[in-house]
This record gives sequence, C-alpha cells and structure tokens, in this order.
Amino acid sequence: MNSLADKPAWSVLWLSLPTVVPLVVVLGSWLHPQPEVWSHLNEYVLPAVLKNTVLMALGVALMVSVLGVGLAWLTAVCEFPGRRWFAWALVLPLALPGYVLASVMVGLFDYSGPLQTALRSTLGPVSLPPIRSMGGAIVVFGLVLYPYVYLLARQAFLTQGKRSLEAAQTLGMPRWLAFFRVALPMSRPWWVAGLTLALMEMLADFGTVAIFNVDTFTTAIYKAWLSLFNLPVASQLASLLALAVLLLVWFEQRAIAQRRYAANAVEARLERLQLTGLSRWAAFAACALVLLMAFVIPVLQLSVWSFAVVRNDWDARYWGFIWHSLLLSTLSALIVVAVGLWLAYAQRQHPGRLTRLWVRASTLGYALPGMLLSVGLFVPIAWLDNQLYPLWQSWGIDPAPVLKGTLLVMLLALAARFMAVGFEPMQAAMQRITLSQEQAAHSLGLGRWQVLRQLFLPLLRSGWLGASLLVFVEVMKEMPITLMTRPFGWDTLAVRVFEMSAEGMWDRAALPSLCIVAAGLLPVLFLIRQSER
Amino acid sequence: MKRDMNHHQQVQALELEALTLGYPTASGLQVVLSDFSLSLAQGEIACLLGPSGCGKTTALRAIAGFHPLQSGRICLMQDEVGRAGYQLAPEHRNIGMVFQDYALFPHLSVADNIGFGLYRRSKHEREQRVAQMLELVGMKALAHSAPHQLSGGQQQRVALARALAPQPSLLLMDEPFSNLDVTLRERLAIEVRDLLKQTGTTAVIVTHDQQEAFAVADRIAVLAEGRLQQWGTPMQLYHRPQNRFVARFVGEGMMLRGQVGDTGQVHTELGVFKPDALPDGVAKGGEVDLLVRPDDIQHDDASPLQARVLAKAFRGATFLYTLALPTGQQLLSLVPSHHDHAIGEAIGIRLELDHQICFATD
Repeated sequence: MNSLADKPAWSVLWLSLPTVVPLVVVLGSWLHPQPEVWSHLNEYVLPAVLKNTVLMALGVALMVSVLGVGLAWLTAVCEFPGRRWFAWALVLPLALPGYVLASVMVGLFDYSGPLQTALRSTLGPVSLPPIRSMGGAIVVFGLVLYPYVYLLARQAFLTQGKRSLEAAQTLGMPRWLAFFRVALPMSRPWWVAGLTLALMEMLADFGTVAIFNVDTFTTAIYKAWLSLFNLPVASQLASLLALAVLLLVWFEQRAIAQRRYAANAVEARLERLQLTGLSRWAAFAACALVLLMAFVIPVLQLSVWSFAVVRNDWDARYWGFIWHSLLLSTLSALIVVAVGLWLAYAQRQHPGRLTRLWVRASTLGYALPGMLLSVGLFVPIAWLDNQLYPLWQSWGIDPAPVLKGTLLVMLLALAARFMAVGFEPMQAAMQRITLSQEQAAHSLGLGRWQVLRQLFLPLLRSGWLGASLLVFVEVMKEMPITLMTRPFGWDTLAVRVFEMSAEGMWDRAALPSLCIVAAGLLPVLFLIRQSER
Repeated sequence: MKRDMNHHQQVQALELEALTLGYPTASGLQVVLSDFSLSLAQGEIACLLGPSGCGKTTALRAIAGFHPLQSGRICLMQDEVGRAGYQLAPEHRNIGMVFQDYALFPHLSVADNIGFGLYRRSKHEREQRVAQMLELVGMKALAHSAPHQLSGGQQQRVALARALAPQPSLLLMDEPFSNLDVTLRERLAIEVRDLLKQTGTTAVIVTHDQQEAFAVADRIAVLAEGRLQQWGTPMQLYHRPQNRFVARFVGEGMMLRGQVGDTGQVHTELGVFKPDALPDGVAKGGEVDLLVRPDDIQHDDASPLQARVLAKAFRGATFLYTLALPTGQQLLSLVPSHHDHAIGEAIGIRLELDHQICFATD
C-alpha cells in the first residue's frame, strides 16, 4: 500500500550518529591501552569508585523505591486530609537539580552551618554525622529522584484500581498483606522502569557527588580529562559507565514489555480507601515531611541566602550567565524538537524494523551520562579539527581549533542527551493522528511536505510545546556537558552554581540556583496539568 | 422434639433485614435501595435481577462488606456481619466473590491465582486443594498459564475456582457472564449452576439478563426503583408477577383491558375469566388489565376469534406476531414458524390462560 513503508529511513541513521559515535568512541578507546595509568587507577581509584557506585546505587534504589512507591500508594489509592493537594505537590522536587539540593543541604548541615552551630552553642560540643558523605549523597539523590518512581507507580496504581485488592480481601487476605502480595507485584513493571530512570540519573550525575566529595565514575572522568589531560583514560572510564547504563536500559525495556500483560480494565470510578484515625494523620505527616525536606526547606533557604547576597553579587556578569543559559536552552530545544519531529514522522512513514532500531539509537541519550557524551563527541571533533587544520590555514582562517571549543560540540551533546525528552511527547501526539486522516489529506491532493506542515504541525502543537519546554529546562539544569564542552569563559547559571559550591560558598551559589529552580518549575507545572487531564 | 424441628428447618445462609443503602453526595445521602429483605437457605442460588442503576451491585457489595449499611442488618450463617455503623471487614466474612472483570492477578499463574486465598494453609494442603479445583473447572492443562493467555470463558472459570477454593459459606458473583460472547453465556450459566449444585454452594448472582437469571437461579429478587419488587422462583415471576413492573420486566406480554363483573369475573374481548384475586381498590364495574403472555395465545385456524397481523419477528423455531384485535387492542403470540402469515392478514387465535393475573389500570 505504501511503498515507503518497506524502505528504511536513511535520514534517521544520520541522526543517530550523535549517540552512536560517542558509544563507539568510548568502547573503542580500549584500542589504545594505557597500562601505566591503569595500574595506578586499579590500585588507588577504581576500588573506591566501584564501591561507592555500587553502595550508592543500592542506597538510592532503596530510598527512591520506598519514597516513590509509598507516596504513590497513599495519593493514588488512599484518602486522607490534603491528598489531592499532595498528589501534585509531591512532583515539585523534580524542579530541583541534585546539585542545588546538595549545596543547600551541605550549607545547612555542615559543621559550620547554622544547624550545627546552633546545636553547639546550646548543647555544647556535639557533632552530627558528617553530611559530606555517601549517606548525605544518598539522601539527596533519594529526595530529588523519587518523583520518577512516584509518577510511574502512581499511574500504575491508578490504572490498577481497587478491584484486585477487593478480590484479595474476599479471599480472606487483610489489606496490608494484599498491598505486598497484590498491588506491589502488579505495579512492578511501572516502578522498576521509574527506578532504572532514577539510577541512570544518579550514574550521570556529576554536580551532586562533586559537592559531597564522593568519588564516582563521573568525577574520575572529570579528573582524567581536566587534571591528567588523558582523553583515552577518560574514554575508558566512560566505557565502564556505559556498561552499567546499558544494563539499566535492558532492565527498563524488560519492565516496559511486561506492562502489556499487567494492565487490568480501568474502572469508571475509583473509590479510595478511607484512612481512619491515626493512619490518616500518619499519611499526612509522611507526605508533608518529604515535601518539606525535598522542596519547601531548600527553596526557602535558597531564597534567604539569595536575598542576603543579591545586592553585592548581582552585577553585569549575571546577565551573561542568564543570557548564556537562555540561549543554550532555547537552541537545544529548537534542535531537539525539530529532530524529534522528524524522527517521529520518519518512524511513522517507514515502520520497518531497521528504522525503529535507528530511532531507538537516536533517542538512547537519556541513558547516557553527559560526561560520556562529552568525551565521546570531543574526541572525534578534535580529530576532525586536526584533519582540517591545513584546510583552515589555506583559507586564511585563524589556525586555532575551529570546531572544538565552540557551541557546536556542546549543542550536539545536549541534543543527543535530551532527544528522548523531545521525541516521546511528539510521538505520543503523532499516534493520535489516524492513518485515515493522513490519507484523507493526501486524497485531497496535498503532497508529503504540505501534509507535514498543514496537518501534523498544527495537530502536534501540544506535543512540541511540551517537548520544547521540557528540553529547555533540562538543558538549563544540565551541568556536566556544559562544564566540559563550553567555550572558554562561556559560563551559564549551572556553571556558576558549580564554581561557587566548589569553593564552599553556598550562599553565593543560591542566587543562580534559585533562577534554575524557578525555570524548572515551568515544566513541572506543565507535567502536573497534563497528568490531571 | 425441638431437635426434630431443627432437623427439618433449613439453615439460613444469608439473611438481609430491611437494608437501606446509599451513597453520600454533596446534597446529602442518595438512597439507591431501601427496605430490602430476603433470606436464602444453604445451598440455594439466588439472582438479583434488575435494570442498571437499580442498586443490585450495591446490594452485592454490601453483602461482601465493601459498602456500609444506612439501616438494616445482614447475617451470614446466622452471625451478624453488618448493621448501621458496623461493617465486618470482607476478609473476615468467609465469602467468595467473582468480579465482573474477574480481577485475576496478572502476575500469578492460573494455579497460583486459585491458591491465593489458601495462603494460610500448608503447602501440601494448598497444592491438593488447587489440584482439586483445577479438576473441578476442567483447567488442569492450563495450570501454569498466565491469565492473559486465557479466553474469556477460561478466565471466568479460574475466577470461580479461585473464589470457591477456600470453601466460602457464600459465593457472590457480579454480572459474571456480561463479558462473554452471547453464544457462550447460556452454556456457561448452566455450567456454573451445575458446579454450584455439585459443590453445594450458596450463591448470590447479580445480573440484568433474565435469561441468565432463569438459567442459574433457584430464586430471583427483582429490584427496581430502589425497592424489591418480587422475590420468588423463576416460574412465580413469570406466571404470577406481583405488579405491573415485574410483569413487563420479566418475559414478554401485553395487557388486555377487562371489566369486573358481579362475582369478580372479568369480561374481556377474548372472553370471561376468573382471576384468583382482584387488585386492591377495584370494585364491581371497575376496569382491570389482564396479563397475556405470547405463549397464552395459540394459533388456531378453526377459531372464530380473528386478529390481524401488525408485525412479525422471525425467531427460528417460532414467529413472534404482534396482533391487533378488532377493537385495536394489541397482543403478542408465539407461533411455530411453519405458520408464515403476511402482515395485514387475519388469523384465528385461541386463548389458553392458565394463570389469570390482573392489575389495576394505569
């Protein structure tokens, strides 16, 4: 019927290069073995890095699962005071990047912070466990990343409804046991997918672990690149990270595949379990405590600090940070939305296996840590620069590197990283346009481009609006790619936060942090509006 | 002597006493069912039959313990399990329930679904009982399948086996056949009845389909407009409906206008009848409506009574004719399908009214 359908979309193959090339580069880096450096790494760096990564992954997995699933259960299935409000408010912590919460926590709870100082002055010499530790990092990751599990688990509980629990009850099983025997295993495909997303974010993180002084793969890559100037070693470290991430992708895909069978018929009306007595207020307190810790206190503290420093700190440079952040976010959003639209359209026109595979490859970036993408793109771009060096010279262009150290590398890496964020809403919107609508347009004499412009673009409006908003804010929050690949002196809000926190000036990191959080609230509100529809 | 009486008296498995059920709304309580009473002996199968919105599912959920009572009392095996302000939790009622969507657990195999309610028993005991149930519903070969691999009818059998496995003192089924093919429904309804009788299970089944109710139930409660309209056997409902609603809702039929004579006899266009009872408040000379079922009108070419065919519906073995009497009153008649008459044709009919039921006119 459609001759296009059988042919693969070659354009998609090219669009998958920004994710495929970095993967190939970091995996291929083993062709240049570095025995001396590795014997050093094996002895002094890797054991700690591996131990930290594994322990942190376990801790974060436990914490986001308990918080995410528990809170989702309360707000989706139970009824207690404030439930409706908490249901969306508990998504708010998504607006806080990990490194922002980390800087607030350290500023608040460190030895010289206000809490410990106050404790010492009233109780004498007491000391809390050190906040700049793995425990602190796990708590921060838990509070920032639980919404991934929360959102997916909530969706699962809402679609599961109460029927299965009632079935368990008629079989003589009390409710609390039915939660563990029925609701939890039934929702597993959902929250496991959320959990793997959270762990991917944790593995990709650089800012938070840098603030807490926990050595992980990302900090090791950073040091190998910027302190040792050893790109092959940085790539080799990144390849280990890639293995961990691909393992997570496999878990995630398996979980998603299981959803098909786990879905029950959706009930017209969901009656909630009415919590009574003490349990109502316990549910209220649990939600309130998490929201306080993960959002209210940090935002208040950021505001207080910002207010204190704004008069001295706010100068012309700030407009530069803001301008750079806005420019970078806008450009990335435009690129991602345009490419995302093309990917979704190409997959629709060429529903073959090869195209689907290439689209998957193009959108794999969500799983790839920014550090990995930076290294993996920087290496070939630097090589290209060297190859082109004579050409530039012959054209009389300044022989300094032309490509590397420009916005180009940064935009490529950012677009690769956030392609899935732009692609998913676009594809979801595109699936709502039926094939017969498209055929009707063709039968009225419109060509391929006209159909794309006159049918798809207007109908996909909500899709690309949402996608560009999400990408815009993700890029604004992004730290490692911006840090590693920005042109010299080209600072953004996120870079400013990193520099101030690196020097322990938490109050001065607050102002740019607050700007990022304010921008980050936009897509969260958008997400909330969408989920309530 | 007392023991002797007890011996003859059947144990009441379920007693509903003057239930009032409702839902809280912004403007107060919206009552969906009031003053609903019935009692069901052990081993009997009851159907709650009624149009959608009559409160039958709410009643079932109240018996299960998922819905509170506004007033009244529920007893299971002579133990009080619910009254206004008290609701024994469903898990302590020893009931089994088959949900409309079956609510099978998608993460468990067929065998594990059936064994779910036996979680307190020993492994050996559980396995034995599951094997027994699998045998009973004929699902032995599919014991290790996942629920999504089963057909609708198979899922229903698993749901039934799961509910029966813990040997509940009462089984509740909510529209158990509504998710199945029409062709499958009747066969499964009979299968379910045989199975319940074989296991001696007391059951309450909610349905809106009278054919289903007739096929499974020993006794049927017709619910409508928030009240119990009639509680009786299928035969009683069909042949001795207590009011116009039941007469119209159960089976087909038309009303024939008649006039009450001196001795309580009723004069109609088709002759004189002597109903068992006259509706309240109807005196001599008053008008009543006589219920005439399609099977009460026999086709007889020799009969002097003639009626004209207004419409006909082919049903395979029979035709359902809509007939007009000379005065314009309409009747339905079920006629073997080899008597194919054209619309407009006049045919001879004969009335064979075994049950003479009449109602006050509207």
